[in-house]
Amino acid sequence: MFDYFRASREPSAAVAKERLQIIVSHERAERNRPSYLPTLQKELLEVIRKYVHVDPADVQVSVDKNKECEILALNVVLPVPGPAQARRA
Amino acid sequence: MAKIIVITSGKGGVGKTTTSASLSMGLALQGYKTAVIDYDVGLRNLDLVMGCERRVVFDFVNVIQGEANLNQALIRDKRNDKLFILPASQTRDKNALTKEGVERVLEELQEDFDYVVCDSPAGIEHGALMAMYFADEAIVVTNPEVSLVRDSDRILGILASKSRRAELGLEPIREHLLLTRYSPQRVRNGEMLGVDDVKDILSISLLGVIPESQAVLAASNLGTPVILNEGSDAGHAYEDAVQRFLGEDLPHRFVDIPRKRLFGRLFGG
Repeated sequence: MFDYFRASREPSAAVAKERLQIIVSHERAERNRPSYLPTLQKELLEVIRKYVHVDPADVQVSVDKNKECEILALNVVLPVPGPAQARRA
Repeated sequence: MAKIIVITSGKGGVGKTTTSASLSMGLALQGYKTAVIDYDVGLRNLDLVMGCERRVVFDFVNVIQGEANLNQALIRDKRNDKLFILPASQTRDKNALTKEGVERVLEELQEDFDYVVCDSPAGIEHGALMAMYFADEAIVVTNPEVSLVRDSDRILGILASKSRRAELGLEPIREHLLLTRYSPQRVRNGEMLGVDDVKDILSISLLGVIPESQAVLAASNLGTPVILNEGSDAGHAYEDAVQRFLGEDLPHRFVDIPRKRLFGRLFGG
């Protein structure tokens, strides 16, 4: 047990800071997402699937904020044949 | 028109009530008429820390429900006649703090006071949300510990999205960080997050650093806000924090290891 703490040379406070920076920035991004995004993503996926067979993980919906406007980005990775294509709307 | 300040943190045991007691006493010492409200319905403790637990007759919920008027419920501090305490109810359901009721009490207080300090309960339940909702300024109290810092960030998110100012699209709540139970020695040893680490992560302005101090427990034992303990490091740190809150630009005194340890022990405590 004691050895376990000794094994890492890095001070524990530095580890704490790094872990916090990661989790806090992740949680901030989550809470800044509009609440309708998951439903929007699900419904878009249903529509797209009527025409093309895509994997749920290949449809990404995100909202980015610029200084002046917000951009809603839809990223669909279409399946093979042919090289995978990405389309943005 | 009084400014409304919420003292909040997320978790319990961080020093919200200690901070509420010392900040409100500090503002009163500066000549501002100040009311401090305990929002922790069912777990009232501000009265003990302020040393007025035996003078409680009516409480916050009595006023909201019209069973007492504000003047009957406010307890005037015996040490400073500019300071008034509005205790929480010990028996009622926390939902008795209705938004309309809280707003009415705050509006009445604002007419007559310079500052209204709201001591939030722990957590992000109804009582905590009510304490935050009407705030103009927020003091987020945290210790240099991972789970507390993370929760503080959650609280900042709530202040930015669920407060009255956010809902009405007004200027956002001014946020201040108060780091308590700080141990410069442990920071130097690399065992504790430092002031700059916490500031980097939360990116809000630093109101003060309160060192880990035996004086804090002693102050609660006696029912005297620690700011009144003029020989203590924590008392000085709170005095500085009050001055900074009022706009003074002071250096942070307790972030380095004290040099005159022996001298301090002999004469300061």
